[in-house]
Amino acid sequence: MKKIFTIAMISVLISAESCKKDSDFLNVPPKSVVTTDVVFSDPALVLSVLGDLYNRVLDFSSLDNGWTTFADFGESFPSDNGSYGFVQNRSWDYGTWGTWDYGYVRDLNLFIDNVTASTKLLAADKSRFLAEGRFLRASYYFEMVKRMGGVPLITKTLTYDNSGNVVGLQFPRSKESDIYDFVISEAEAIKGTLPSDPTEKSRATKAAALAMEARAALYAGSIAKYGATTPQVSLSGGEVSIPASMASGYYTKALNAAKEIISGSAGSYKLYQVLPNLSDNFAAIFLDKSSVNQESIWVEDFKALAGKVHSFTTNDQPYSVSDEASDAGRLDPSLNLVQSFEKLDNTFAPIATKDASGNPIYYADQQDPFAGRDARLAGTVMLPHFFWKTAYIDIWGGYLLANGNIISSDDATHYAALPGSPTLVQVVGKDGPTPTGEPLRTQTGFYVRKYLDPATGSGRRGRQSDVNFIRYRYAEVLLNAAEAAYELGQTSDAALYMNQVRARAGLTTPLAAGDITFDRIVHERRAELSFEGHVLFDMKRWRIATKVWDGNPESLNDLTSNISSATKRNTQPWGLYPYKYYSPGSPNDGKWVFREVLPSPVTGVLNFRLGNYYSQINDGIISANPKIKRQPNQ
Amino acid sequence: MKIKFHHIAIFILLLSAAGCKLDNVKPPSIKLTGQLMYKGSPIGVEYNQVPFQLYQTGYKGNTPITGTFDQDGTYSVLTFSGNYKFTIPGGQGPFQWKELPSGGRDTINIALTGDQTVNIEVTPYYMIRNAQLAAAGGKITANFSIEKVITDATAKNIQTVSLFVNKTQFVSPGDHAAEADLDGGAIADPSNVSLNVAIPTFPVTQNYVYARVGIRIAGVEDMIFSPVVKVSY
Repeated sequence: MKKIFTIAMISVLISAESCKKDSDFLNVPPKSVVTTDVVFSDPALVLSVLGDLYNRVLDFSSLDNGWTTFADFGESFPSDNGSYGFVQNRSWDYGTWGTWDYGYVRDLNLFIDNVTASTKLLAADKSRFLAEGRFLRASYYFEMVKRMGGVPLITKTLTYDNSGNVVGLQFPRSKESDIYDFVISEAEAIKGTLPSDPTEKSRATKAAALAMEARAALYAGSIAKYGATTPQVSLSGGEVSIPASMASGYYTKALNAAKEIISGSAGSYKLYQVLPNLSDNFAAIFLDKSSVNQESIWVEDFKALAGKVHSFTTNDQPYSVSDEASDAGRLDPSLNLVQSFEKLDNTFAPIATKDASGNPIYYADQQDPFAGRDARLAGTVMLPHFFWKTAYIDIWGGYLLANGNIISSDDATHYAALPGSPTLVQVVGKDGPTPTGEPLRTQTGFYVRKYLDPATGSGRRGRQSDVNFIRYRYAEVLLNAAEAAYELGQTSDAALYMNQVRARAGLTTPLAAGDITFDRIVHERRAELSFEGHVLFDMKRWRIATKVWDGNPESLNDLTSNISSATKRNTQPWGLYPYKYYSPGSPNDGKWVFREVLPSPVTGVLNFRLGNYYSQINDGIISANPKIKRQPNQ
Repeated sequence: MKIKFHHIAIFILLLSAAGCKLDNVKPPSIKLTGQLMYKGSPIGVEYNQVPFQLYQTGYKGNTPITGTFDQDGTYSVLTFSGNYKFTIPGGQGPFQWKELPSGGRDTINIALTGDQTVNIEVTPYYMIRNAQLAAAGGKITANFSIEKVITDATAKNIQTVSLFVNKTQFVSPGDHAAEADLDGGAIADPSNVSLNVAIPTFPVTQNYVYARVGIRIAGVEDMIFSPVVKVSY
């Protein structure tokens, strides 16, 4: 009896189990995939999707894309065996610097669609996410138009209907001005919904949108104005080039957007003025992540020991103070850049190595030749005998004897004897520069200081550095305002904006309205913004890239003359080597003599061709979409 | 089964035999060569700076074979037989290339069946005629005349004329040891232009240099050159 009961119960249970509907049984919600409607109902999940989109923002120079993105353009020398191509190539390929990532555009459009369609998000969250998606999309279109000119403007997600006919998915290039207009109008449309919070650095804010708008409008204005000087660089449909008549409209927009940040309506931003030493203060703009830093507006942030780090410090730290035995010293600023920093009386001069009658100048201290210059020089560049982390860096090229001979070696540990003495001594700096051009040590006599992380262990490959990369900062907004005001004829306003940036760098004699010239504007951006990914786009929009990188070798005379000129040739990176003078008994014994040297790997010249103004759209894209027009001069 | 040495040997032999199959694609073997010409005179350009494109129709995609002209205006392509269209991209070269009314660039049809020479006839803005380069008194002197070829509304002025001297036979604005320039506005008589420059010194002494003269045309990127001449002294 008991047995029958048990069997009956089991069969009842089994048959009850099978009563489930087939469709329910087969329809198991996946546990490893989060569906779109689930994601877009929870702000934390939406933020993680947005985080991916933030991570994919394209920067020209970026700390996590390697030090080489900061090299090139005559501003630095690459002291690395695999990277001499920068100074040995004869021209840039037409495709260089191009971008065509419509996959990213599609993901941004999808994000915007999904946030718009979401019903479960709070209204405040929803509008902020939406504004951030539009900000990132406008930001990427800005990156595209800078490199490619007018591109197809896709603001909706496109769907393929499987019909075999793709004509509906092929879009022609928009006008270059249309893309700039899109960036500007998007920034205007979203600025009200983004937060006005100077402590929010890594997500879009009102100030970030305005800074993007100011920069984009300034670029468009200068392409309209200076594009007239290169009529060859244009396409009849306006895909490349902007009519000159539109210049003042764009400059006005740039000025207004910049003024909105300067007036404080987007939060209280100001120049970073904290440390008493102006050079240290300038370097600290890029290091200080605390709320004291009200200069940075939008950054790519990093975090050490948490997976988001970069190897800029590992790659570029001084060789003698390196945390890694064979990782150091790759990015060496050139003398071209170093000498362009002006003197405190607002005049330009090369670094003096010879007196008026042609005799070498003997300096008691290695830093003397650089004294009395713009504080940004020592803030951007490590000069010889700079104290880094735990020691003074050791940059010198050898002993210079009274008869003009140089005694040197290929490594500081390879000693040699000086005349009249049997003792072997160190004859070259631990940081180079060596006569044999040893890599990973400086080969120009300088190291880069901007972004270099003084934190302990930042140079180790295991830890790396978490210095952030500033995409927009207040000083650039001021310089954008100055340039736009200058182009609109408001030179006294231009001087007002520019003098603020200059005063912070120790150039306390203000420039008068009449002193503001095109050359001044170009120079100021170079001094303030070098190694921040601006130089190429600035030279392109002013249409002077073909003059600055004109494909001719740069002689010593070219190097040291016309330093204030915007169109000065900058085709080969020079170095400045310190030598210790050895002449026992002479008053100059032990003093320093400096010589301009073109590092021996520099065999190429930078040659910017007309076809480089807009990067090539590759043949695969044109084959797939015949509506795409080729770039001019390619 | 115990693995013995001859098993391994046979296995290796089989593997290597399998790699003996012939490639099923033949390498390109037909050579197309030619030179930039204007009415029978070759046109010199800068090495590796003036590109050309060779399209073959009838295949998926539309990606050209690209190459650049040599210093003396010659080009060569090794390819397969077929029908090709030859063109030079916009804005390239010190010459005019025929534009089609529809806005595109004209093309030259080339039907390749065997090795072929196709000279490319173009209309340069200027030609350098009778270039005489000689060494005397520690200087390289160039005498030449300039012929203005295009004189209609699309004519362009001379920006500079230059004499380039180098120790190797690559002589160009980007690769030279000595240079002498004359502004376009300073040319008094285009039929008799003279330039000279001191012979540069080289780390390894040589008793010859290579030299040629070029014209930079205002608003045109590429220079036009006379042939490279080896000047001994």
